[in-house]
Amino acid sequence: MNIAVCIKQVPDTETKIVLNPDSTDIVTEGIKLVMNPYDEYAVEEALKIKEKYGGKVTILCLGPEKSIEAIRTALAMGADDAVLLNDPAFEGGDSFTTALVLSKALSQIEYDIILTGKQAVDLDCSQVYAGLAEFLNLPYVSVVVGLELFPDQKKALAKRETEGGEKELIEVSLPAVFACQKDLNTPRYASLPGIMKAKKKEIKKLGLAEFCLNLEHVGAKGSKLKKGKYSLPPQRKAGIKIEGEIPEAAAKLVKLLREEAKII
Amino acid sequence: MPGIWILAEHKEGKFKKITYELLSLGKKLKSKNGEELCALLLGSGIENLANQLGPYGADKVYYLEDEVYKSYLNESYTQGISELVKSQDPSILLAGATALGKDLFPRVATRLGTGLAMDCVSIDLGDNGLLKTVRPIYAGKVLMEATVHQTKPQMVTLRPNLVEISPVDSSKKAEVIKSKPDLKREDLRTMLKEILKGESKKIDLTEAKIIVSGGRGMKEKDNFKILEELADAFGEGTAVGASRAAVDSGYAPHDIQVGQTGKVVNPTLYIACGISGSIQHLAGMATSKYIVAINKDPEAPIFQKADYGIVGDLFQVVPLLTREVKKLKSEG
Ligand SMILES: Cc1cc2nc3c(=O)[nH]c(=O)nc-3n(C[C@H](O)[C@H](O)[C@H](O)COP(=O)(O)OP(=O)(O)OC[C@H]3O[C@@H](n4cnc5c(N)ncnc54)[C@H](O)[C@@H]3O)c2cc1C
Repeated sequence: MNIAVCIKQVPDTETKIVLNPDSTDIVTEGIKLVMNPYDEYAVEEALKIKEKYGGKVTILCLGPEKSIEAIRTALAMGADDAVLLNDPAFEGGDSFTTALVLSKALSQIEYDIILTGKQAVDLDCSQVYAGLAEFLNLPYVSVVVGLELFPDQKKALAKRETEGGEKELIEVSLPAVFACQKDLNTPRYASLPGIMKAKKKEIKKLGLAEFCLNLEHVGAKGSKLKKGKYSLPPQRKAGIKIEGEIPEAAAKLVKLLREEAKII
Repeated sequence: MPGIWILAEHKEGKFKKITYELLSLGKKLKSKNGEELCALLLGSGIENLANQLGPYGADKVYYLEDEVYKSYLNESYTQGISELVKSQDPSILLAGATALGKDLFPRVATRLGTGLAMDCVSIDLGDNGLLKTVRPIYAGKVLMEATVHQTKPQMVTLRPNLVEISPVDSSKKAEVIKSKPDLKREDLRTMLKEILKGESKKIDLTEAKIIVSGGRGMKEKDNFKILEELADAFGEGTAVGASRAAVDSGYAPHDIQVGQTGKVVNPTLYIACGISGSIQHLAGMATSKYIVAINKDPEAPIFQKADYGIVGDLFQVVPLLTREVKKLKSEG
C-alpha cells in the first residue's frame, strides 16, 4: 500500500493570538508552530497501514519554508518521503487552491490511499480533503475514527463520527481520501534514531513551474473565498463567586439562573 | 430568476431545527435582494416533507426523490445538488454547519468551482449583492470576515442555534417541484453499511441549549452519572460534555469533547464541573451565553471567565444543584 498524507503546520493550540496592526492576519513571529494535531492521527494511521501491508508513506505539505519542521516531525515518526509545495505564488490561497495544488502533486506520485486531518486548527475550514477528492475524482470519508482495509478487494471500511454519538460505517472503493479524527489511534512519538534520520532526509520541493497551473489558478488570485478583516471576540470577564455554605450557594446559583439568566 | 437556496436537512421524517433557522435567515436576505427563497431537499418518500416548508417561508421547494437518496452519502448528494444548481443557477446556497453540511458542501463547492465560507456565525447581505460572513478561526480565538466574491453561487454553512425562527404563516404555500436524478446505485463508490447508535439518546452538543460538562475532577467514568442527572433535571435541549483530560482518562467518549480539538459549542448555559479552564477548553465554549464554574480550587483559571462560580467539591455541589433545579421546576 502506498499512502500519501497531507499535513499542515499550524500555531500550537496553547498560543495566545495577537492581531497584526491592520487586522489582516495574526502575528506569527515568535509563536510556536506544530504539525496540525489532526494530521498526527493521519500520519500515525499511515504508518500502521505500512507496518501491516508494506509500502511507502509520502508526506505532502503546502506552506512556507518553515513548514519543513512539521515535515521533519512526520519523517521522524517514520514516514519515508516528503514533498514541500512552496512558491510565493501559492501565498494567500484558500481551501480551493490548496486542494488544487495538492491534487496536482498527488497526481505525480503513486498512492492507494490519501490521508489528511479532518480540519486544520488554524483556519478551521475542513474543506481540503473534499476538494482533493473532487479534483482527483475519488470518493472520500470525513471525520474518520476507524479504518479497516481490504487491499485484495481494493476496498476499505471506514467508521465516521456524525452527531449525537452516532457513527456510520461506510464501505468505499480504493483509492480514496480519508480525513482523520481524534480517536482513530494514538500518535507515536518520534524516536531518537528517527529524529536523526529525519534530519538527513532530502525533502523534495515543488513550485508552480512543476505543475500545469498558472498564476490565476493559485494563491490569493485563484482563491474563491476572499478573506476580510480579523477581529478578536469580546473578552469574557469574571463574574461573581457565590459565597456561603455549599447548600446555600447551590440554591442561590439556581435562583440566579432563573432570575438573571432566565434559563430555568 | 436567481434565488436564495437553503438545504433542508431532515432525519427520520422530521426536519432538523437548522432547516427552520436557515429559512428564517433566508427570509431576511430575501427582503434585501428580492430573490425567491427556495428549499432543496433530497431523500426517499419525502413528498410530504416537501409540502411542509411553505409556512416557514419557502417560495419554492425543489426535491430530489429517489431510493438512492434514502441514506446520506456525500457522493450521491453532491451529484444531485450540483446538477440542479447548474440548471437553476441560484445566487446563494446555504446549509447548516452540521455533520452533514460540513461533509457535503466542500465537495459541492469544489465541483461548482465556487467558494464556501464554512461554519459562519453571522451572515448578512451587502448592497453589492455579496454576503458578508463572519467565521470563527483558531477555534473561536479570532473572528474572520469572508466573502465569495467572484463566483456563483455564494456558498455558506451556518452554525446551528444562532438564528431565531421567525413566525410561521400557515396560509403560505410553496410551489413544489420534484426531480429524479440520473444516478444509479451501481455507479457509487461509497455505501452506507450501518449506523451505529450512540450510548445516550441526548442531542448533539452543538445543538444543545444547556451543557453540563465534566473534567479531570470527575475522577472516574461512573461519576458522570451525576452530570447526567443534572442534565435530566434541566430537561430537553440539555447535553453532557467533557474536557479532553476527562476523555483521555477514559471517563467520557471522545464525541462529547469540548474544545479546540473537540466540539465548539454555543449553548445558553455551560456548567463546567471539575474543569480548570485551559486555553484549549475555553476555545470551545467561550461563546456560551452564561458560564458556571464549579471547582474546588479558587485559583482555577475557569473562574476568570465564568459568570457564576462556586468554589467547592463538585461531588457535593452537583447533586445539590440537581435537587434545587428539580425543586424550582416542580414549583413551576
Ligand atoms: C493539541 C492539544 C489540543 C487540546 N485540545 C483540547 C480540547 O479540545 N479540549 C480540552 O478540554 N482540552 C484540550 N487540550 C488539553 C488542555 O490543555 C488541558 O489539559 C485540559 O483541558 C484539562 O482538562 P481539565 O480541566 O478537565 O483537567 P485539569 O486541568 O487537570 O483540571 C481539573 C480541575 O478539576 C478540579 N477538581 C478536581 N477535583 C475536584 C472536585 N472534587 N471538585 C471540584 N473540582 C475538582 C481541579 O481543581 C482542577 O481545576 C488540548 C491539549 C493539546 C496539547
